[in-house]
Amino acid sequence: MIRKALWLSATSVFLALLTPAGHAEDRVVNVFNWSDYIDPTIIEDFTKKTGIKVVYDTFDSNEILETKLLAGGSGYDVVVPSGNFLARQIQAGVFQKLDKSKLPNLSNMWDTVSERTAKYDPGNEYSINYMWGTVGLGYNIKKVQAALGTDKIDSWDVFFNPDNLAKLKDCGVYVLDSPADIIPAALKYLGLDPNSTSPDEIAKAEEALLKVRPYIRKFHSSEYINALANGDICLAVGWSGDVFQARNRAVEAKQGVEIGYSVPKEGAQMWFDQMAIPADAPHVAEAHEFLNYMMTPEVIAKSSNAVLYANGNKASQQFVDKALLDDPAVYPDAATLEKLYTVQPYDPKTQRVITRTWTKIVTGQ
Amino acid sequence: MSSAATAETTSPAADAAKSPLARLGSAFVNRLVIIVPYLWLLFFFLIPFVIVFKISLSTTAIAMPPYTPVLDFSGGISGFFGQLKQLGVDNYTWLTEDALYFNAYVTSLIIAAISTVLTLIVGYPIAYGMARAPATIRPTLLMLVILPFWTSFLIRVYAWIGILKPEGLLNQLLLATGVISQPLIILNTYTAIFIGIVYSYLPFMVLPLYSSLEKMDYSLIEAAKDLGCPPTSAFWKITFPLSLPGVIAGCLLVFIPAVGEFVIPDLLGGSQTLMIGKTLWNEFFANRDWPVSSAVAVILLLLLIVPIMLFQQAQARAQEQGR
Repeated sequence: MIRKALWLSATSVFLALLTPAGHAEDRVVNVFNWSDYIDPTIIEDFTKKTGIKVVYDTFDSNEILETKLLAGGSGYDVVVPSGNFLARQIQAGVFQKLDKSKLPNLSNMWDTVSERTAKYDPGNEYSINYMWGTVGLGYNIKKVQAALGTDKIDSWDVFFNPDNLAKLKDCGVYVLDSPADIIPAALKYLGLDPNSTSPDEIAKAEEALLKVRPYIRKFHSSEYINALANGDICLAVGWSGDVFQARNRAVEAKQGVEIGYSVPKEGAQMWFDQMAIPADAPHVAEAHEFLNYMMTPEVIAKSSNAVLYANGNKASQQFVDKALLDDPAVYPDAATLEKLYTVQPYDPKTQRVITRTWTKIVTGQ
Repeated sequence: MSSAATAETTSPAADAAKSPLARLGSAFVNRLVIIVPYLWLLFFFLIPFVIVFKISLSTTAIAMPPYTPVLDFSGGISGFFGQLKQLGVDNYTWLTEDALYFNAYVTSLIIAAISTVLTLIVGYPIAYGMARAPATIRPTLLMLVILPFWTSFLIRVYAWIGILKPEGLLNQLLLATGVISQPLIILNTYTAIFIGIVYSYLPFMVLPLYSSLEKMDYSLIEAAKDLGCPPTSAFWKITFPLSLPGVIAGCLLVFIPAVGEFVIPDLLGGSQTLMIGKTLWNEFFANRDWPVSSAVAVILLLLLIVPIMLFQQAQARAQEQGR
């Protein structure tokens, strides 16, 4: 029985090798995006409309994506790194310039976002914004009220002040396992430049984080969504949209858990996830068609409505759910926007200091 | 190791019965059979190792791939040697400058050693029970040991999160039966790592133990009993020494992969766990420093390969003395 099955599969592999011409006509685009980051119907609609098959694959950390890209031959046609990672990858020669003549929907993009992403990708030659958001505080409203006597959090003080965080220790605190998101926040709280590369200033950030380290239960970049939603923890330093997903899951679960999100008044990091085409992408034409489709206002609005992040497409805003568009935590008002900062990529030497500092904070060694 | 030992034992009586030509032919076949594992070692161990070793002597660069020099022959032989000159051992001296790496190696070795002992303690009775079970049900028992491999390793480790977490199955059971009044905190501790490693590597311990225990001649035990030896000392004097090859093979099969284990401490361990697998991950992914991460890997390999070779030498010597 097993032998027969082996024979069958061997024969089919052989046949597949014999008939390459039949498969070459199928148009394919290989997309590599963050997990839980799209409305799946968008992919189906794209295939229906263009006949291009989408092979959709996901990752959950910039580091994984970057290593695949740097090793070369990843086989992906569209990838979605964050801005500071994108900048370094452009330098390393990972991406190809976009053929803007094939991207008429570029006119829909939002200059407020494009101006900022140009810091990573001058002239936006290599990339298009997909979604953007902030790094802030997600919290369980009732539990924080019980522990701190206030139901409104608006400052990093809740996290970086050891007296405050000590009170939240027992109900649970999670932090992103991402030094490029947390160390700049610590610098900002200390009144220093979040982009500082000075070892002395980074050491001050380390000191501030070590003071609150005893009260942090875990460093992880995705578990906090469920942990918040289930009421397992009461505070998470996390990405805006993830906290909103936790809020929605909590509402669906009807366990009485209420989740809030705050962009701290001292300022918070604004990050951008950018769609780009690797230099060695096998299906360049299809990749451009996909990017152009993703800039269709109705399409990208649908994605925002599903994943609860703001997008960089101005024309899409009329199709974005009103509640989402009016939520200043998602689409910040001008005053909040003013306080948000962006983070530049680290040079290799600073990166080493940052990673070493992070290991010390996380493991205590 | 045990398979290599059985491959060597050909029956000399059968050989002698053949004609000289046939003997020559079978010698050739024998040699061919030996070449295959060597080719295997060459392609899947030596060549990758040389590549990793070469990267460990390079320096980082913002490029694809992210290190320099990338050896190629486009510049001719002289160009190739020019590239070789750029290699250096800086990455190895770097590893000695920060206590982080030393601590990570030591922690990994300790965790692996404790897990190996625990796996042996859990695995030995299982293997013993299997070997002494009626021959008719042995294949079924063997199947039960192998069966978990049919499910993805990752999913099985994830399942332990569901079992061990504060509101997980284990705590619910213990709370419901009144054994404990407060949920036990097991997840994100070293205990959870040990549980994960013991569970995941148990088959690697049980199978070699089983194969050496099954071959044992149980009339020896009966003889010991007849001569008035109590069962416990019969076990320690006969069964255990005879199963020693299985014990050693099983321990090596568990210890070696456990030292470099990454998935189990990452999923079940807490953030404070510092193992060499995670350190390597940080160098490779967070720092994008392929040269230093390669140096970490080379040292790890030396740490593991040296004791294994010493052990094999000792075993070969013991075998010779035995004869």
